[in-house]
Amino acid sequence: MRHLMNPLDFSVEELDKLFDLAADIEKNPEKYAHKCEGKKLATCFYEPSTRTRLSFETAMLNLGGSVIGFSDAGSSSAAKGESVSDTIRVISCFADICAMRHPKEGAPMVAASRSSIPVINAGDGGHQHPTQTLTDLLTIRALKGRLDHFTIGLCGDLKFGRTVHSLVNALARYSDIHFVFISPEELRIPGYLRDTLWDRALSFEEVIRLEDVMPKLDLLYMTRVQRERFFNEEDYVRLKDFYILNRAKMERAREDMLVLHPLPRVNEISVEVDDDPRAVYFKQVQYGVYVRMALILTLLELV
Amino acid sequence: MLNVGKIEEGFVLDHIPAGKSMSIYYHLGLDKLDCTVAIIKNARSNIMGKKDIIKVECDINMLDLDVLAVIDHTITINVIKDGVIVEKRVLELPKELKGIMKCRNPRCITSIEQELPHIFYLADPVRELYRCRYCDEKNTERF
Repeated sequence: MRHLMNPLDFSVEELDKLFDLAADIEKNPEKYAHKCEGKKLATCFYEPSTRTRLSFETAMLNLGGSVIGFSDAGSSSAAKGESVSDTIRVISCFADICAMRHPKEGAPMVAASRSSIPVINAGDGGHQHPTQTLTDLLTIRALKGRLDHFTIGLCGDLKFGRTVHSLVNALARYSDIHFVFISPEELRIPGYLRDTLWDRALSFEEVIRLEDVMPKLDLLYMTRVQRERFFNEEDYVRLKDFYILNRAKMERAREDMLVLHPLPRVNEISVEVDDDPRAVYFKQVQYGVYVRMALILTLLELV
Repeated sequence: MLNVGKIEEGFVLDHIPAGKSMSIYYHLGLDKLDCTVAIIKNARSNIMGKKDIIKVECDINMLDLDVLAVIDHTITINVIKDGVIVEKRVLELPKELKGIMKCRNPRCITSIEQELPHIFYLADPVRELYRCRYCDEKNTERF
């Protein structure tokens, strides 16, 4: 029995199989509509996350299965002080697979170690969110046709953004990727990630202005720069416009560059960009459902 | 110069960096053993200048070598039988440590579920860096 805690739990070959399956699901959804009949997914969400939970639930319903669960700690036994270990033992009696989100880092790993059903980490604090990374990878592969040989810009809060760290670590396993990290000084990638890139001799650069690098990017992964991350208001006001993607900046980009975003978007991408065919962040949500369907089938060993 | 006699059965921890012997004494739980323990501080050393030495008259198997390796894996262990050295053990950084260090990350699941064992894995042998198995936070505890 396998679980998914970290995007690197799957080898590159295993990911290829998973993405092939997701691509087939996209093409032939009816073929998979009854694959999970009689199976139940438990969504154990100790903190609210509407989109991730609904994506998992949609994935299971699309496969013909059913869904049980809770959407905040207050409506679970955690409010009475039950441990994660005990909760998963109980859930294992009800469901066939579990997707768990928890504010504490490592909670899904504790659950996996005690569980008799596969556990998927649906986000544990600021630590890991593997299905977001799988979604990002599938989106890139589906729309670019490959996961290697490109220049990717990652823009915004690169210090605290776990989606960025996970995506960089996942892409680092593919060949000829050039990373362009675009952030204010305060929000540069953390030292350990820079060390990893150095140790593995990966190609990267760190810049401050987004518009300067737009022409060279094959992909742009946007994240939000939050006001509270800055040390002073003056810097925030001075820098915030650098990180708002608008039509003018898009004009400097290649015709086949793609814009991704883990969502929710606040104001870092102007709504005027939404109609640009290169803006694929809403398609990304759809790929999130396909990859979760593929993951559920794989972990339940139904393929 | 102060002389401390030979031991017949037991082990000698040699080449301890000067000043670290008391920390080792407590972390190895030597204070809880009912046997003879000699601690020599600031002994002269050709290689180190000054060093500490600990001599213990008990079975080597009562020693948790993992703890010792984390404190300083360059410490030499001489196993003594019938008054002579029968074995020299070299310490290696353990791949996993259980119940030795505590994760200090307030966002880690171990911060709210007290019964969980604190487990660290060796993330970088060159930098001697351990990370929490649950949250991947690096260990900051020093011995």
